[in-house]
Amino acid sequence: MEVPILKQGSYLIASVQSALTDADLRQLQERLAGMVSRHRSRGVVVDLAAMDVMDSFASRTLRDTAHMLRLRGAATVIVGIQPEVAFAMVQLGMNLEGIATALDLEDGLALLDERVGGGPGHVR
Amino acid sequence: MSDEACVPINWEVDVVTARQRGRALASELGFSRGDLALIATAISEVARNILEYAGHGEVTVATAQDGRRRGIMVVARDEGPGIADIALAMQDGYSTGKGLGVGLPGSRRLMDDFEIASEVGKGTTVTMRKWVP
Repeated sequence: MEVPILKQGSYLIASVQSALTDADLRQLQERLAGMVSRHRSRGVVVDLAAMDVMDSFASRTLRDTAHMLRLRGAATVIVGIQPEVAFAMVQLGMNLEGIATALDLEDGLALLDERVGGGPGHVR
Repeated sequence: MSDEACVPINWEVDVVTARQRGRALASELGFSRGDLALIATAISEVARNILEYAGHGEVTVATAQDGRRRGIMVVARDEGPGIADIALAMQDGYSTGKGLGVGLPGSRRLMDDFEIASEVGKGTTVTMRKWVP
């Protein structure tokens, strides 16, 4: 299922709505890379509130996506990881080290404002 | 109660099906939300290993019973190339594939019991259990 990606000013917001297959994750990565270039986005929030499992492939793909987008000039914040999912990730040995995270979308956008300087309405 | 399900693993989408079937059974068995996430993640890892190393196989989830203990049993079976050095494969960070090497050692940490039997050229069977606390 395709993950909806919303453009809000200079930010992109991707909200995962259901369980994702590996192909869905790769597609999300490609679409975000394309949209960051097309819209000259400065920040990306990936909301994982609906994800019930973050296995090693999902963790690695999201980590790679964040690194890739950083190289394109956009900061990425992962938000909404559920407590039980976070616990399972740590047990598994995945911690998204080096990736910015926040509790929810609101905090994620606030973090982007701090990092990128200039809110969603910011015009460059 | 859906006490047993066998999910053939041939495509990426089957990994999601396997963990959803496992989660459904674990939920019926009375596991907490936290345990459901651990079980579903472990199933995802062993199912993914089948795809990556063997290409095809199956994941069976069933009710486990040991005296008064009840739990879930997950069996991941393939007829792939097998694992030459199981001790090495169980080390964190070791992988002969494109993975991160967390699948097997990570799954062992997520579950209560973890057994692996493998023969080179014959295949691999991973059996995992988690007991309802």
